[in-house]
Amino acid sequence: MAVCIGFIGKENSPLFLRCINQSQELQFHYIVHTCIDFVEEKIIQSNKSGSDVRELYLGLLYSSEEVKAYGFVTNTKIKIVIIIDSTNSLLRDNEIRAIFRKLHNAYTELVCNPFYTPGDPITAKSFGALVDELLASSS
Amino acid sequence: MADDALFDFLHMEIVSHVTKSDAGLLQDGDEAMSKLEQIGYSTGYRFIERLTKDLSRFKDELEVMKAICKDFWTAVFKKQVDNLRTNHQGVYVLQDNKFRFLASISNSRQYLELAPKYLVFTCGLLRGALASLGLTCIVTAEVTTMPACKFQVHLQRA
Repeated sequence: MAVCIGFIGKENSPLFLRCINQSQELQFHYIVHTCIDFVEEKIIQSNKSGSDVRELYLGLLYSSEEVKAYGFVTNTKIKIVIIIDSTNSLLRDNEIRAIFRKLHNAYTELVCNPFYTPGDPITAKSFGALVDELLASSS
Repeated sequence: MADDALFDFLHMEIVSHVTKSDAGLLQDGDEAMSKLEQIGYSTGYRFIERLTKDLSRFKDELEVMKAICKDFWTAVFKKQVDNLRTNHQGVYVLQDNKFRFLASISNSRQYLELAPKYLVFTCGLLRGALASLGLTCIVTAEVTTMPACKFQVHLQRA
């Protein structure tokens, strides 16, 4: 089940982080931060290989005993990371893609909000509520 | 369709409002132009997020510029850029032979001095769109014969 969802901005600053368990937030900040390296590695790798299919979904970034991390990067260089509990391997690839699509849509709607300046930490309640709902429904 | 005209009218009113509200100041209308450009920048930045949502990832800046000329221009102006030239060193020239905002002004050299005001918003739009995609740049525009105009984009390399 998804344990944490993180948004990283263009300059690699944290925009948003939401976890199921609030007490583990600091730990997840650390994990999401290490995922930035994996994301950049994947981007450079796919640029070099010059494959025709250049997707926004990056797939599995990193896997350890406790957690697995999946990544997604938009054309505007916003990175989204979903962290999953390793013990539960019931989430399939296309379910994760669906979650990423919903998150991307939510972010696009947020950018159209005149009260949100792109690049600032996200404080919109409706956005937070949607992410909470996604976290809850995936478990 | 009435919807297309809405954007034209809104743009005309924004230009006229910003120019008039600046009339009392001593500056030459420069502040009005930079306000217009800033409005364009913010709009372009946010709009590109919506537009690139479904496109595949861009590989290099030439691809970004081509996407701007085709998808972005079609979405905003209902047509594609007519000519894209580059010196492969970060300078791109986008030429539009029938620019939407100038088409309703004149067909010849009449009103030529007043035309640049109507290009500033689009310069900002381009700058904002490119900034959102990760490319810092300077955009300038020039008109020699209405309704054709050229936008020059200088990409700043880090």
